[in-house]
Amino acid sequence: MLSRIAESLFWIGRYLQRSEYTARILDTHIQLVNEAPDMDTNEVLQALMHVMDQPVTVNDGEVSVEAILGTLAYDAFNPSSTDGALLAARENARRAREVISTELWETLNTTRLTIEAINQQPYRSAHEHFVWIRERVAMAKGIIDSATSRDDSWNFLVLGMAIESADMTARLVLTQTELGERGPSWVTLLRSCNAYEAYIRAVGGLGDDRQIAAFLLRDQLFPRSILSSLSTCDEMLISLEGQQSSLYSRTIALSDARNALGSARALLAFTEFDELLAQLPEFMEQVERACSKASDAIRVRYFPTGSLAEWMGETL
Amino acid sequence: MTSLFAGYDHSGAWDEMINSDGRIRRRFGPVAELLANLSRSEIEARVDSVNRSYLDQGVTFDFAGEERPFPLDIVPRVLKEDEWQIIEAGVAQRVRALEAFLEDLYSQQLCISEGVIPASLLLSSKELLRVAFSIHPPNGVRIHVAGIDIIRGQDGSFRVLEDNVRVPSGVSYVLSNRRAMVQTFPELFAQMQIRSVEDYPRLLLQALANAAPGGKQDPSIVVLTPGVYNSAYYEHSLLARLMGVELVEGRDLFCQGGYVYMRTTAGPRRVDVIYRRVDDEWLDPVKYRFDSLLGVPGILDCARRGRVVLANAVGNGAADDKLVYTYVPDFIRFYLGEEPIIANVQTWRLEEPEARAEVLERLDELVVKPVNSSGGKGIVIGPVATATELEALRNKVSADPRGWIAQPVVQLSTSPTWVEDGFGPRHVDLRPFAVNNGEQVNVLPGGLTRVALPAGQLIVNSSQGGGSKDTWVLGRDATRRSVTAVVQQAAQRVGSTTHRSTRPVPRTVNPRDDESENYGQQQQQQQQQQQQRRRQSQSQQQLQQQRREAPC
Repeated sequence: MLSRIAESLFWIGRYLQRSEYTARILDTHIQLVNEAPDMDTNEVLQALMHVMDQPVTVNDGEVSVEAILGTLAYDAFNPSSTDGALLAARENARRAREVISTELWETLNTTRLTIEAINQQPYRSAHEHFVWIRERVAMAKGIIDSATSRDDSWNFLVLGMAIESADMTARLVLTQTELGERGPSWVTLLRSCNAYEAYIRAVGGLGDDRQIAAFLLRDQLFPRSILSSLSTCDEMLISLEGQQSSLYSRTIALSDARNALGSARALLAFTEFDELLAQLPEFMEQVERACSKASDAIRVRYFPTGSLAEWMGETL
Repeated sequence: MTSLFAGYDHSGAWDEMINSDGRIRRRFGPVAELLANLSRSEIEARVDSVNRSYLDQGVTFDFAGEERPFPLDIVPRVLKEDEWQIIEAGVAQRVRALEAFLEDLYSQQLCISEGVIPASLLLSSKELLRVAFSIHPPNGVRIHVAGIDIIRGQDGSFRVLEDNVRVPSGVSYVLSNRRAMVQTFPELFAQMQIRSVEDYPRLLLQALANAAPGGKQDPSIVVLTPGVYNSAYYEHSLLARLMGVELVEGRDLFCQGGYVYMRTTAGPRRVDVIYRRVDDEWLDPVKYRFDSLLGVPGILDCARRGRVVLANAVGNGAADDKLVYTYVPDFIRFYLGEEPIIANVQTWRLEEPEARAEVLERLDELVVKPVNSSGGKGIVIGPVATATELEALRNKVSADPRGWIAQPVVQLSTSPTWVEDGFGPRHVDLRPFAVNNGEQVNVLPGGLTRVALPAGQLIVNSSQGGGSKDTWVLGRDATRRSVTAVVQQAAQRVGSTTHRSTRPVPRTVNPRDDESENYGQQQQQQQQQQQQRRRQSQSQQQLQQQRREAPC
């Protein structure tokens, strides 16, 4: 597969997941600050912007719900906003037009057209917008799942999704550890990852916050827990790398990407849980860094841009 | 106030929003201000949003055999903190008294020997069940969930209208109403301090877990539903989903060796506590209706042996009979040694000859209700009934005085409600939900406010064309659990402190998305297209020239 195509696929996966997570996180957080008036709205939103690595334009030190929606939802030029990420996914799809299915392309393309039309509409509640975003992402993912052969193109798409998923969940947990008692509850975190009902089914309605934390950080069966996401990344990397890098080979020489993600995964899986909780912010940062490092390693290995070969006619 | 409130005539009843001087009550301030500032089309947009939320959630009720969305009015009902304290204390007191009465009724019957209530009245109750005498709930709780209907009279004070301690329903509307309202009116939730109702599934699950046989840890709990065609099926599935327990039908359960099991893919699994939403008489075809397909044969025998707990207990109907209702204030004094916090509505017991004579004389000005029905069925409101209806009623009451009670017409309080031509006053009641976990009776801060949609209508039941309102109780919730509590506790256990860098880890994007970097390539791609176009047009010109030059 062409490197350029592979890179587009990887980023389609990341952007789809980013858009969906951002929509869920914004939806639950905006509902939360609306519902709990004794919560410091400004503080919660600032923490959210900080962890999402969005520069806060300080306007009398206040971050309003409108401002955060402007940056993280409706900004078409910000690839970390719900709309911007979907548009970026569409741009990447355009570059891989001949590899992805027509249905996927059309879904992403229609999404772009609708986003443009929506911006002309006078009133649409943020919640309705987020529901729509979720539906569009679900549709794209469904098409990917049903119409992609489990070859390298699949591996790159899913790798992108899983890295983004681990990264977003880590960021989400980090927001809350920053705010502590003044921030949202663990139940809100579960809701932001669409994990609440799965958690209730798995643990029951009487579980405490420790159990929620364990579920979100290292449940083995729920695909959106950080540990499961990291495991998925590894599976994809193994099939991309082929036989040579099997753990069962004589000498273990893991690729940089597997190394970075694997060490984060080992920390999550094998650290004693109290210790993990006690240093939650550091661990979450480690996960984020691992994702970023792995992403770089994947780029270096699979998507070399290469210096452009230039024809120097006169030296000949 | 805008014209949408024009002609808002609330005279004749206590209005929830406007006081006798015609001013907005303070608690309604932000709500009234918002509604007055919205135009008709803006309000209609919000009404649509509420309705859509309901259709999407699939919140429907059974109306004459048809599934319809349960109408939710967009104007909430707001209760002050001190009003709620009265309701909370009054409801909890009532539940405690009814618990004490049921415990006594199904054992020593001091209430009869001490002359609190006549034996004949209890023995003639169709809901007094023999099997209940032999079932002793392990933690003493029979009323795990109660719905106590409360109304507000013309003087603004609260009265209890009826008790529901069999299988009270409607709590799902409290939860889904809130969800729809938060989505539709976020600005109001930001301005007002409204207590959360989210905790209900947890309260209920805790109460069910506490009720397990032999104080069993981590019991297996299920919700028993009559099935998808039941009008409250939505509620059953919602509660099961929010509690994380199985929702079962009668055919999913079976009894063996005195235990109840459910059929699962991994073989039979023991069931310890059943939150059943099937009425007593359908529960066990061995004991009651032999034709019942909804029940589980032998289940009452298992309950009698103390190996499974039914919540609510069977035989509770003896306590929410409308005639027994008239004795509840006496129960509160007799069992608890307290004075009732919320009074009853004045009620005539038609078995007493003088009362019956008075009622039969004044039938056209009273409300007459059958003692053993629900959903507002069979109620006759004197002032609006026809002469033939009254005559038929007179015969029925004379033939079966035990079956009826009479009450004065109570002008229920009104609350502004969105109707076709703006906001109009409509009568409302309130059903708060109480959960008894064996240690204390918790009353959910909120409740189902039912509203009669036709103007002047006093019956609010959904089966009689009623709708609902979200009930907002003002005040603070006691505790909020948080993330750091866990993190800090863990840090204390491990003995470490957390340090972290203050700069966020940067997020990556696809470098190829950056257009300025690709600018050169983009331009060349476009240039090439232009050149191609130019070449094409050149060759076309040449072609045309050739054609022109060619001899025809």
